Amino acid sequence: MIASTEVSSGGSFLLDGVEVPFEPGDTVLAAATRAGHYLPHLCWLPDFKPHGSCRLCSVRVYGRTIASCTLAAEAGLQVEGRSDALQAQRKTLLQMLFVEGNHFCPSCEKSGNCLLQATAYEMGMEGPHFEEFYPDRPVDASHPDILLEFNRCILCELCVRASRDVDGKNVFAIGGRSVKTHLLVNSESGKLADTAMALGDRAMDVCPVGVILPKRRGFAVPIGERRFDAKPVSARTELVPHAHPAQPGEDTP
Amino acid sequence: MNSPTAPIDQLIARHGQDPHALVQLLREAQALEGWLPRATLVRIARALQLDLADVEGVAGFYRFFHTQPVGRTHILFSDNITDRMLGSEALMADLCARLGVEPGRMRDDGLVSVDTCSCTGLCDQGPALLVNHHQVVTGLDVARVAELAQLVQRQVPMAQWPAHWFTVEDNIRRADVLLGLPLARGAAIQAALQRGAQATLDEIVASRLRGRGGAGFATGRKWTLCRDAPGAQRYVVCNADEGEPGTFKDRVLLTRHADDVFEGMTIAALAIGARHGLVYLRGEYRYLLEPLQAELERRRRDHLLGPAILGHDGFEFDIDIHVGAGAYVCGEESALIESLEGKRGTPRIRPPFPVEHGYLGHPTTVNNVETFCAAARVVLGGGEWWSRIGTPQSSGTKIHSVSGDCERPGLYEYPFGTRIGRILEDCGARDTQAVQVGGPSGVCVSAFEFGRRIAFEDVPTAGAFMVFDRSRDMFEVARNFAHFFAHESCGFCTPCRVGTELVARRMDKLAQGRGSRHDIDVLFELDTLLHATTHCGLGASACNPLRDTVAKFRPAYERRLQSLYFEPAFDLDAELSIARRMTGREDAGAYLEPPR
Repeated sequence: MIASTEVSSGGSFLLDGVEVPFEPGDTVLAAATRAGHYLPHLCWLPDFKPHGSCRLCSVRVYGRTIASCTLAAEAGLQVEGRSDALQAQRKTLLQMLFVEGNHFCPSCEKSGNCLLQATAYEMGMEGPHFEEFYPDRPVDASHPDILLEFNRCILCELCVRASRDVDGKNVFAIGGRSVKTHLLVNSESGKLADTAMALGDRAMDVCPVGVILPKRRGFAVPIGERRFDAKPVSARTELVPHAHPAQPGEDTP
Repeated sequence: MNSPTAPIDQLIARHGQDPHALVQLLREAQALEGWLPRATLVRIARALQLDLADVEGVAGFYRFFHTQPVGRTHILFSDNITDRMLGSEALMADLCARLGVEPGRMRDDGLVSVDTCSCTGLCDQGPALLVNHHQVVTGLDVARVAELAQLVQRQVPMAQWPAHWFTVEDNIRRADVLLGLPLARGAAIQAALQRGAQATLDEIVASRLRGRGGAGFATGRKWTLCRDAPGAQRYVVCNADEGEPGTFKDRVLLTRHADDVFEGMTIAALAIGARHGLVYLRGEYRYLLEPLQAELERRRRDHLLGPAILGHDGFEFDIDIHVGAGAYVCGEESALIESLEGKRGTPRIRPPFPVEHGYLGHPTTVNNVETFCAAARVVLGGGEWWSRIGTPQSSGTKIHSVSGDCERPGLYEYPFGTRIGRILEDCGARDTQAVQVGGPSGVCVSAFEFGRRIAFEDVPTAGAFMVFDRSRDMFEVARNFAHFFAHESCGFCTPCRVGTELVARRMDKLAQGRGSRHDIDVLFELDTLLHATTHCGLGASACNPLRDTVAKFRPAYERRLQSLYFEPAFDLDAELSIARRMTGREDAGAYLEPPR
């Protein structure tokens, strides 16, 4: 139960037999990504505090399955990252996210730029596997410049974190519980129009799916010429900033 | 409502505008009007300088908070499988019919609403219900429900309802060291003070006492880690969020042995160097709050709490009680701490563990009610004495909450290592098919395993012991538990949030006779996934009852299969019901297949 939270010094660990260097304070996912190895993930961005909710980045270590975004890198660690069993598990997690919301890729403005869709292609997902829930989630079109399409929300909380930690606006929060968990807008009316949200906010460009969209900019780039149309998600390079100590799971001081 | 002396403002003032008191404040504010209007949330958010959406997020997380109106009398039937076995479903339907109310919906005149809740911890005297999140009514039967309907209809205040309805029996059937005579007040603290902090901790280590909440982590080690963690302040937290269905031992300990619990907490405070203690009392036990507070007050008067305990300068410790609001996940220690801090009860990322980074970031030891009682006994009797009771890996005794199909439900305390069959004999169980040991997240033990023993090295338990005789359908038991986990998932991680719901829906599909072998394969797949990938233990154990019952009672599943191959979850005929309604057709030609 008890593991030390002391920050290890740098070194390297093995990811599927390949040596990966890490810096003090790195998580396995951050170090792997910086070194150019792809581990699927949806709720993680390199410059945000790890969250650990989507579970797609789960890897096998010490015979246990652990989310690599919250796993502190340690010298000599042997990490199994892309075994068939793990990839199958990831596909099932993706299918769960697809059936939980209302994801109609052909008519979605985010198609081709959507991390959920691109990751599903990468994992070889060919169908929903489970029965769809078809939840009833009204959109919020109150804001003059921004549309909120809650039907696609996967509860990664990146917008919550971006608006709070970067924009300093606290526009979003999480409400409800169990399968009724949902994104909340922080205003007395509960509408985005009554918040300080603006097009230039960081919260505008962190959504991995198509919830937060600028209005009047539909299909400016044709489908077929978009980001993941050119290169699969596994070939995407993310700039991972250098780690600073006490990152994983640590509250802001 | 807008005057500065409005009751809501008095509540806010009493909590010193502390944002960490949010859950307590919401609970007390709700008691004023029965629900939490948005204006109240706005007022609380402003006073505590919190974001409205965060307050809304907390209010929406706990099942006992209502952001929509509920009836002036709000009745929740305990929906554990043991309540159902005692007829709770028919009684609830009867009450709803008498009051002209639909389950889960407020009556139009606002008089009453009736719904279900997870286990109320009264399985030995059910069916039970909870009124206005405060008072419990036990031993329900047809006559009591009829009278209840009349009282509600005539708007008789709860204080004038028959007093014996509120009786909660202790039902102690077999007492060993913990459930025997309560300790002399202060005796264990006196003994600890004579030994000194280090020697007291040494005794706990020597006793090999392990946590009674289920995980079985060594108490001495937990206290040592907490004491040694860097920090200016330390906290002792008592986990009285006894939410595991079928468990009610902590309710009895808090009723009869509250002094032992507080004594154990005070000893922990001495051992780790804490000055603050918190009891997290589950919302279903709200009726115990006043008696517990009175007990704390007596202990302060007797110098067993407060500054200079028993005259020892520098030994200062006091205890506050925090009442939960209907969230099983808060039994997980890091979720419990989040809730104590006034937040949604989402389990934290670990490490760091609470012993290093707990309540408000301070080193915190969270222990079960029974663990504190045991610690008090260990200090008096010595670690060596305690370690000789039980088995090599499980020292001491364990209290079992026995319910279900037996003649004498109630509490049974045995040394670890006791055979399951022995407990069944003692409680008067006959023709037993299975026992769910440790609650839904525990183990389902079938008849050929009744020679197994209760111990961390064989069948571990947090205390529930639900007995099912051969007349029971183990599939329905597993289905009840599947709905419990779906209802109680905190919603944070994908596999638990979606997976528990998928499991519950599959089990319903099987129950409707529309299942196939493919559905059972999918259930296995979900079990494997949840076990491996969830953020906390709730999701990881959510499929335990499913796995055990499929393995041990497979015919209960197979006789429900319509096809050995595949049946779609999508029911085209059912979907056509809207078209049939619109066209006013009910003839055979309006169905794809003849109606079942």
